[in-house]
Order: sequence, then structure tokens, then C-alpha cells
Amino acid sequence: MKENAQRILANPKFQELVQKRSAFAWTLSIAMLVIYFGFILLVAFGKGFLGTPIGSGVTTWGIPVGLFTIISAFILTGIYVHRANGEFDELNRQIMEESK
Amino acid sequence: MRSLVNRVGAAAVAAGALIPASVHAAAVEGPVQKQATNFEAIVMFLVFVLATLGITYWAARRTKSAKDFYAAGGGITGFQNGLAIAGDYMSAASFLGIAGLVYTSGFDGLIFSVGWLVGWPIILFLVAERLRNLGKYTFADVASYRFQQTPMRTMAACGSLATVTFYLIAQMVGAGKLIQLLFGMDYLWAVVIVGVLMIAYVTFGGMLATTWVQIIKAVLLLSGASFMAFAVLAKFGFSPEAMFATATQVHPKATGIMAPGALITDPVSAISLGMALMFGTAGLPHILMRFFTVSDAKEARKSVFYATGFIGYFYILTFIIGFGAIVLLLAPDATGAYPFLDAAKLAAAGGKPNPSMIIGGSNMAAIHTAHAVGGDLFFGFISAVAFATILAVVAGLTLAGASAVSHDLYASVIAKGRASEHDEIRVSKITTVVIGIVSIFLGIAFENQNVAFMVGLAFVIAASANFPVLLMSMFWSRMTTRGAVLGGWIGLVSSVSLLIMGPTVWKSVLGNPAALFPYDNPGVFTIPLSFLAIWFFSITDNSKAAQDEREAYKAQYIRSQTGLGAEGASAH
Repeated sequence: MKENAQRILANPKFQELVQKRSAFAWTLSIAMLVIYFGFILLVAFGKGFLGTPIGSGVTTWGIPVGLFTIISAFILTGIYVHRANGEFDELNRQIMEESK
Repeated sequence: MRSLVNRVGAAAVAAGALIPASVHAAAVEGPVQKQATNFEAIVMFLVFVLATLGITYWAARRTKSAKDFYAAGGGITGFQNGLAIAGDYMSAASFLGIAGLVYTSGFDGLIFSVGWLVGWPIILFLVAERLRNLGKYTFADVASYRFQQTPMRTMAACGSLATVTFYLIAQMVGAGKLIQLLFGMDYLWAVVIVGVLMIAYVTFGGMLATTWVQIIKAVLLLSGASFMAFAVLAKFGFSPEAMFATATQVHPKATGIMAPGALITDPVSAISLGMALMFGTAGLPHILMRFFTVSDAKEARKSVFYATGFIGYFYILTFIIGFGAIVLLLAPDATGAYPFLDAAKLAAAGGKPNPSMIIGGSNMAAIHTAHAVGGDLFFGFISAVAFATILAVVAGLTLAGASAVSHDLYASVIAKGRASEHDEIRVSKITTVVIGIVSIFLGIAFENQNVAFMVGLAFVIAASANFPVLLMSMFWSRMTTRGAVLGGWIGLVSSVSLLIMGPTVWKSVLGNPAALFPYDNPGVFTIPLSFLAIWFFSITDNSKAAQDEREAYKAQYIRSQTGLGAEGASAH
């Protein structure tokens, strides 16, 4: 186990995995925070915009903006899982293989 | 009975983190009248109970080791776990409360739904796979990974128990009130039935039964809500615009229901709302435990993906159902009558309908809508699902509390790791029975207490005591036992004492003339305080043990990143 750990640390692929994955995770986290707090700030300061009807109907801009926020949470998790379960897990598998 | 929107609105102005809690619990607050006995609902509920007891029997035969008991043998798939997590999150109160909020104030309900959801992607990106790679049965496994076991586990177990207890009281009181409303059953009986069934699920079936009860309930709730939303939209030729148009004609707030109202008034409480939701969710022991029921980090990620999808879909349905309630309950039926509104109040207002006239309070909006779209049978079904939902959530909470006692306090602190698996499970089962009995009594004792406050307490404690220690243990190499333990205790003690000194307890519950602390939600102060304490007491710790703990971060880091040496799935 200890030797394994040393070999993993020394493996350039490990550095690559950690850097790529954490950059990706933080980017997506920031994207989610920007979308959510953007929505909340619109609620606090942009009531007029959210309450403006789209075209001549009664449906306001608030409805698609709210739905977009919900759907974006799902899509962002999907993007992360797709890359993490594919590319990152493959890289991880190689690292584990090489450390044996 | 004050309306939900007033209650939540007041909380929104005064507090940040208490808002989600208020929505969660508002469904079940205040005095409720007992309704006529609802036989369809009772029959359907009995079917659910029999089916889940059957599952418990099946699970009991497969539950042998500690890993089976705490983590369902690690054999739950990502998809199943996603449903179970969604089930933990879609409580009866959030279903009825958010639908009721949309019914009374329209768009504002959507703001809450969004807040409930956005914590999940963050949990996935930053916490989920590390948690799975490092942990075994409880989140304390992760938090104490490279630290001194006795002080860390004691602190984490106290944080878990505090969170679970307050959440459990709120659910028990909520269960009693909802069942009075839905089934026409006595409060006392309702609380006893919930307590006995949850003891049965957890002691005999462990995590496997708890998970499957949660999955079944999630499927029932999602199907029922889908049918309702479909039926509502079908009345308008599947045109949301047509539904919104009718809603603005019958609702007294008219087009006001299509825009943000008075719920969120200033950005500070709005932002603190979001923070409390994210951090609170990532510190709830019964949610964190679910990450140990899957085989590896890959399945843990998938769980969150599916959970986010189901929860998001559910909140969209709740929004449609809330508007359905507006158009169905506030408009006259074919005979010109309003069957779901209080006749006396309607007459007093000169026949002009208002959402506050709804029979049983605004939290009954979804239930009445079920009646309006699906008749008696579907009304019974939705009532039974609401009861099933409470049962599933309390079972998960009880298991989390029992694990904190048996796995953290008993096995690690008292027996110092020398307890056999058999003894550990036995302690867990005894604790489950004790928690069950205690929560029945607490449910009775707290019958007329402010439930919103207790859920708020649970969220603030989770966010101030559990979450900072958990996050820092995984991300900060320089943390030491001293920093973590002091930070955790400071988070716990400060959040509990500031809550007691705040307006809800000091003024409303204890009857003092003025609160010692002006805010209902101390999370904005206690969360950063806990992080600050962890940082300060860690960097000033120069002991030999502290040096060793910093050295040990490397091994923890490799395991958290790669899963090297992580707990795998057991062969079943």
C-alpha cells in the first residue's frame, strides 16, 4: 500500500488526473453558483424584468428563467458525470494498473 | 391558522436559512382539524405497509454483516440510489408545502424549488466521490480519517444526533398533523404508528429495507405527481399559457402570481438562503450515508445525476400542480359551487373566492387538486403516498442516528475498535428502538410547538457543525484534530445558543419581551465562525500529533482521488 502510494504520487498521470478533474469540478461549480445567484439577484433587483410578459400573453420571462435554472443544474451534473465516468475513470484505471 | 405564505414570508424577511425549513415544515404547523375518516386512503396505505413489511422481511434475511446493515452491502446501483436520495429529499412537507406556496403566491414557489435543487450539483462536483472513496458507514468515518478517533467521533456523533433529533421531531409532529388531516385519525395514533413502523423497518431490514422503502415511495410520489400535472395540463390542451391565463383570471392577485412577490426582499437574506441550503444539505447525516450504499465513486456520481434529475422534475411538477390548484379550486365547478373552499368564509366575503379559504389550509392544495382531477380513489392514493413519504424519511433519519451511536460512539469511542460486528449491530438495533420510542414521546410533547424552528435548527447545525469539518478534512492538508474538534464544537454550540437567543425561541417560545440576538437564522455567522475556528486552532497547533496528521494527508489524498484501498462492494 505504501509503495503503491509512492508510485501513484510519482506518476505524471496522477498529477494530470487531479489537475484536470479539480479544474473541471471548480469550473462547473462556479457556473452553477453564477446561474443560481444570478437568478436570486434578478429576483431581488430585477422583479420588473421577471414579471414582464413574453409577447402578448400572460407567461412572464420569470417562467423560462426559473425553468432554465432547474434544467441547468441537471445538465451540469450530466456533463460532469459523463466526463468523470469516461475520461477520468479511464485515466484512474491506468494509474492503478501502473502502480501495481 | 396563519397562511403558509405569511409564515414563510415573515421568515424570509427575518431569516435566511430558516426559509427552506419553513417551507419544509409549514405544511404541518399550527392547529389542524381532524377530517372525516378517509377509507380509500387507509386501504391504500395498508397495502403500502404490507408491501414494505414484506420487503423488510426479505431484507432482514439478507442483512447479516455490519456492511449489510449500515450500507445495504454496498450493492445499491447508482440509479436506485438516485431514486432513494430523491426520496429522502422529496418529503411530504416539501411536496404539500411548495404546491401550497405556488397556490397562494404563484411564482414565488418556484424560487424555493430552485433553492432546494442547486446544492446537488455542488455536492457532486466537490464532495460525492471523495466521500465515497474515504468513507465506510457514516460521515464521521470521512471526517475522522486521519485524526484522533475519540474526540473526532464524539464531536461528529453529537453533531449527527443533534441534527437527526430535531429533524425527527419535526417529521413526527408533521406526520401526526398530516394524518389527522388526511386520514381522520387521532394525532396520538398517527405518531405511534409512524414510530412502530420505522423501528420495524430499521431494526429488521437495516439500510437495505430503508433504501427500498424510500425507492418505492419515490416512484409512487413521482408517478402520482406526474399524473396530476398531466391531468391539469390536459384540461388546457397542454398549453401552459392557457393555464396561466385562467389562473390570473381567478386568483385575487391576478398577474401578480406570474412575478416575484414579497418573499425575498433583500439580496443578503436571498444569498444566505442559498448558502444554508447547500451547506445544510451537504451536512445532513442521513443524506451523506446514502453515498456508502453504492459500490464505487462511479456509481456515487451517477446517484447524484439521477437524484438531481428526479428532484428537478419533481419541482417542475409541483409548480404545475400549484397552478392546477389555483385554476381548479378557485374557479366554480359545473354547478357554480366551490367544493374545496370554506363555505362560511366564502359567504362572509360576499362569494368572492380567496386562496386562504381553502379547507384544511393552503397545504391541502395538492391534496384537493388530486381529488379534483382523479376523484376519491386518486385522492386516497395521494394521501397514502404522503403518509408513506413521512415513514420513509423517518426511517432514514433513525438509521443515521443509530449509526452515529453504534458505529461512532460505541465501536470507536467506547470499545476503541475492539467491538465485534455482531455487538455493533446489536447496539445499533437497540439504539433504533430507543430512538423510535423517544421520538414518539417527543412527537407527543412537541405537538403544538413551532416545527419550522426545529427543522431550521437541524439545517443550521448541519451547516455549522458537520459540514465545515467534513469539507476541511477532505480539502485542507493542514487541519489538525485540535482545529477540527474545536471548530466543530464551536459551530454546534454557537448555532444552538444563537438559535435559543433568537426571536423564535427567546421571544415567541419562552415569552421574553425582546430577543437577545436579532436574527432567526444564525447560520450567516456560525458557518464562517466554524471555518475560522478550524483554521485558527489548526495553524497554531504545533504538537507532534499535528505534524503526523499533516503528513497523513498525502495518503488520504491519494485514496480520495483514486479510490485506492476504498471500501468495495461485498459479494452478494
